[in-house]
Amino acid sequence: MNRSVLDFWVGIFVAIGIGALLFLSLKVGNLSSAHMSESYVLQAKFDNIGGLKVRGPVKSAGVVVGRIADISFDSKTYEAVVTMNIDGRYRFPKDTFASIYTSGLLGEQYVGLDVGGDEKMLNPGDVIAKTQSAVVLEKLISQLVFSKASEGQQQK
Amino acid sequence: MPDLLSPIRRLGHATTERIWRLGFATRFFFLLLLQSGASFRRIHLTIREIFVSGVLSLLIITVSGLFVGLVLGLQGYETLQRYGSTEALGILVSLSLTRELGPVVAALLFASRAGSSVTAEIGLMKTTEQLKAMDMMAVDPIARVVAPRFWGGVISMPLLAALFSAMGVLGGWLIGVVFIGVDDGAFWSQMQSSVDFRYDILNGVIKSFVFGVAVSLIAVFEGYDSVPTAEGVSRAITRTVVTSALAILALDFVLTSFMFRGTS
Repeated sequence: MNRSVLDFWVGIFVAIGIGALLFLSLKVGNLSSAHMSESYVLQAKFDNIGGLKVRGPVKSAGVVVGRIADISFDSKTYEAVVTMNIDGRYRFPKDTFASIYTSGLLGEQYVGLDVGGDEKMLNPGDVIAKTQSAVVLEKLISQLVFSKASEGQQQK
Repeated sequence: MPDLLSPIRRLGHATTERIWRLGFATRFFFLLLLQSGASFRRIHLTIREIFVSGVLSLLIITVSGLFVGLVLGLQGYETLQRYGSTEALGILVSLSLTRELGPVVAALLFASRAGSSVTAEIGLMKTTEQLKAMDMMAVDPIARVVAPRFWGGVISMPLLAALFSAMGVLGGWLIGVVFIGVDDGAFWSQMQSSVDFRYDILNGVIKSFVFGVAVSLIAVFEGYDSVPTAEGVSRAITRTVVTSALAILALDFVLTSFMFRGTS
């Protein structure tokens, strides 16, 4: 099979195309930073998860230590069950506190892990016992409004 | 009362004509798939078509991708600035390019750059009775002429769309980071943390592949089905561009509603 000039140009074209795909997946996407090959699963149950989304970050001390893998509803306890993939390099003590925070005023919501002082560590598949639900802004506002209203009645 | 009935008759004729063409296009597609073996066994035919439709489209794809990225960078910065979140420029540029603009605009350009020329080529071959001559020599024109052009387009399209997206991101980076002065690290790291490989990039590639199949099929079919006159060929080329554009946008809506249904 004789090689022609045409093959050369098509070769260049395919190389450029694959190069663009590599650029997209490595530099634009997070394929290179997704080296959480050895991750383990933790679960946490919340009364209210607010606007938490699957694939959202799990942070501890502000560092992303995992991703939210699944959110489901437990029909026995009427709680939200959040399953998280945690990077295998990081372990957390048994009395870790899982809360739902919002980054910034309008930012995305994430699970924050506040570390306790227990000597024993959480094992893969464990359920985090202590959780704090998302702050629902409407509830806060209504509490404020009603407390002000009751104060006004007392002053009369 | 022939005058009253004639518009209805014309409507009926037009409808049956369309349905007939749709049926013929479907049969043509299956014939094409059946005859595709030859275009891979004699790979140099397909490589020639990749050269014609892919390599020669490189320039227009690269330049327009760069300009789309530049415009996205400018407009995105203008809006994001109001909310004080200009670091999110990278997210805006990369997500809109990999999910939508890359595949769609690249496919529209590809349809008008490569699809029209394929239609013109096949239509002219039909007009000058080259296709009939092949048939006489027991060479199936679908296997020899149509299938390589189809597969050339299908292979080129995802590569061109990826190139378009990559150039667009570079354009957005050029405007945002180099000219306006958004922080370089924030630009890339915010982009990387929110663009997912499977969810965003792979879905974009799937989209561009589907568009490649649609555009190539429309282009070869319109050429093969064209009326063998100068006017007929020119009409077929117009139909290729118009039908391709409509098919791309409609398919994009359908694919988007399947792929990105409110999970993020």
